[in-house]
Amino acid sequence: MNFWNDPLKVAADWLTGIFTGWGMNTVVANVLVAFLGILMLITILMVIDIFLVWIERKVVARFQDRIGPNRLGPFGLIQPFADIIKLMIKEDTTPDHADKFVYNIAPMLSMMSVLILWAVVPLAPVMLGVDLNIGALFIIAAGSIGTLSIIMAGWSSNNKFSVIGAFRQVAVMVSFEVPMLAVLLIPTIFAGSMGINAIIQSQNIWFVWLSPLAAVIFMIAAIAELGRAPFDLAEGESELVSGYNIEYSGMKFGMFYAGELLHAFTFGGFWSIMFFGGYRFFGLELVSPFLAIAIILFKAMVGYWIIMWVKYTVMRIRIDQMLAFNWKFLTPVAFVLVMVTALMNTLLRGAPSWLFITGMLLSNVIVAWVSLEIVRSVSRKERERVEGPKQVVAEAHH
Amino acid sequence: MNEWLYVGLFFIVGLIIPVGAIGIGFLLGPKKPNPIKQSTYECGIEPVGEGWVQFKAQYYIFALVFLVFDVESIFLFPWAVRLGQLGMFAVVEGIIFILILVAGLVYTWRKGMLEWA
Repeated sequence: MNFWNDPLKVAADWLTGIFTGWGMNTVVANVLVAFLGILMLITILMVIDIFLVWIERKVVARFQDRIGPNRLGPFGLIQPFADIIKLMIKEDTTPDHADKFVYNIAPMLSMMSVLILWAVVPLAPVMLGVDLNIGALFIIAAGSIGTLSIIMAGWSSNNKFSVIGAFRQVAVMVSFEVPMLAVLLIPTIFAGSMGINAIIQSQNIWFVWLSPLAAVIFMIAAIAELGRAPFDLAEGESELVSGYNIEYSGMKFGMFYAGELLHAFTFGGFWSIMFFGGYRFFGLELVSPFLAIAIILFKAMVGYWIIMWVKYTVMRIRIDQMLAFNWKFLTPVAFVLVMVTALMNTLLRGAPSWLFITGMLLSNVIVAWVSLEIVRSVSRKERERVEGPKQVVAEAHH
Repeated sequence: MNEWLYVGLFFIVGLIIPVGAIGIGFLLGPKKPNPIKQSTYECGIEPVGEGWVQFKAQYYIFALVFLVFDVESIFLFPWAVRLGQLGMFAVVEGIIFILILVAGLVYTWRKGMLEWA
């Protein structure tokens, strides 16, 4: 057991040795070491978060055919630090008649709800975080605290725009939690466990090959949960100016902003964990824990990049369209997929793995095709009802 | 040691970091409040009426539908975990359970509650 094979355990043993050497109780020493480890993880996350600001600004600039921040430091890398300093020396205003306690605690909860998600993220085979046996449910439960913080912020600000924004955001979040819960059942069925590490360990074949439709639905639901475009009508600039965080200034606004970016990155990570094997990559994760961390961070970054890609490509949709999309399309499809997957999983038990993969893939494709075909025919009927029968333009003959 | 203790520690540290950041901001920032600055933001005009507007009753219905599906997940996750060991009977049972839930969704749909009126 040396440092390069299991750095966390070596460091923890060393620190525990020091603390007990000072005459500290073993349990207290263990808790203190865990506390320091968590503090280190969260500090690293905050540093990643700072660079996410830079990445986000650079990527949006490229999507919009601009250069983005390029003045401070090489490629504008110092820019986020300048942003933080600016946010810190801003005046911290509180609007009249705001509910002070709720108003102040909402941005802290917003950040906390993201940070505690990382409790269950396994970074490497030897760094499992907290390997809860109900990890999949913990993700949903911890994410709900973020919903709570948004409604707290919107309601306590005593502002029309923020209240409306908060209601919209909460409607979106609770709605899209249903298909997300449903598709989280699918990795659970394949792995036979809700534990995040068990899900990763059972992905000898990435689950995206077994259930690509579930991966797509998870991504859509994640984007909606994050409140990002095309589902960002809670902060629709043209109507609500900024939505639930309209009255916040300084570092409190910074917490909402940083929390949103880190949340997106975290959901990129969960996407890769549930469907792309997490820290596993053809046995490379066994070489060194540092390589495993690099793999999972890279995969999370790819997921984050896709979220950004969607955000800066797709237009914002209306709330009625969004709720209809969720309840009339995504939720039924997700539940049909769960039923089909459960059925196929039992039918193909004991079958050779090529047959299992083909059967699963085929059933996914069929579910996707049939549901899209139903949507197409329904929307054609709707269009004809609104616009009248299709006008056939007589072709001009010469 | 109990793993939930670690989760609790995550809660504590997760609160310390934002509290610290906001606290530093509070210490460094200027504090010059005045009535105009503190009035509710409404795109530059004087605020009209109450800040806490009435919300649409539709949100309440969506929340109720959500509640049904959210509670159901408590029953579906254990089923999904043990599905590999259980036979066809459990699968059919689970499918019937989901179908009953979907029937509720269909009922809501047919009643027109999913329309944003």
